[in-house]
Amino acid sequence: MRNLFAFLAGAVFGIGLLVSGMTDTTKVQGWLDIFGAWDPTLAFVMGGAILPMAVAWLYTRGRKPILGGSFPTPPEPRLGRNLVIGSVMFGAGWGLAGLCPGPTLASVGFGGTGNLVFIAAMIGGMVAAPPLRAKLEQAVPAE
Amino acid sequence: MSSSKCLSTNSDLYTPTKDIIMQADWVMGLIGGLLIGTAGAIFLLANGRVMGASGIIGGLVDGSGRSNARERISFLLGLILLPSLVLVAVPALAERGDTHLTSNFAVIIAAGLLVGIGTRLANGCTSGHGVCGISRLSLRGMVATVFYILAGGVTVVLFRHILGVI
Repeated sequence: MRNLFAFLAGAVFGIGLLVSGMTDTTKVQGWLDIFGAWDPTLAFVMGGAILPMAVAWLYTRGRKPILGGSFPTPPEPRLGRNLVIGSVMFGAGWGLAGLCPGPTLASVGFGGTGNLVFIAAMIGGMVAAPPLRAKLEQAVPAE
Repeated sequence: MSSSKCLSTNSDLYTPTKDIIMQADWVMGLIGGLLIGTAGAIFLLANGRVMGASGIIGGLVDGSGRSNARERISFLLGLILLPSLVLVAVPALAERGDTHLTSNFAVIIAAGLLVGIGTRLANGCTSGHGVCGISRLSLRGMVATVFYILAGGVTVVLFRHILGVI
């Protein structure tokens, strides 16, 4: 049952990314390109996505997930440098190609070889991240 | 002289059409966004999980998500299969089949590496920090979103308008 609902969530997520135009790299780069022909679509996508999610978060108060277990713990208040360093790196990659993890997976079937190369590089980066994080911590301890 | 007049008449004629397309773009963005949020709500309310694309795949890649690997794989299967099926089934969406991704493989590989390392260091991407984080007023989600949008904006301006690479 958990797998069925996970499949359903992934399916609706993917269809939403396709319909909204977020699998089109020109729309993402158009949103980031404030000095070019600025494309506001991404703001509507974000806004539209945050609405049902906000209602869902409110609904979780004092309740349990339908399929058992427990809801995620409240967000960690501590920011930390990895959050900033990681987000800047992610943003740079996002701007370069116009792709982020959701849309690149959604376009596996129609994004061509370039998209598959992007996914391979992304997975490579994900493999490299934990040792890099340890190296960073070793070289410049956070606290 | 006459040719430039002809051109300007043409662009005048096309303006309304362009407006309709722009309008459709934000309507499609809003509908798609609502679907994305609904997906996140399903995953949260049914499975009790935060829908973050980079975390779901990243946990499989580095082994940290081994305990619920099947749930992750199921999510990814839905995410990978359904958009392609919808594209085939709904001819009206045909133009969405072109992702307009650059053909410059050096750029693609550099971007993929940055996205992979960055999202794992920051523990989230557009869906996890952006959609799921901001909607619960998470400070981490909001700070991450500000930084990746700023970095993305600077990158596009630098590589498009100054270096002319993308």
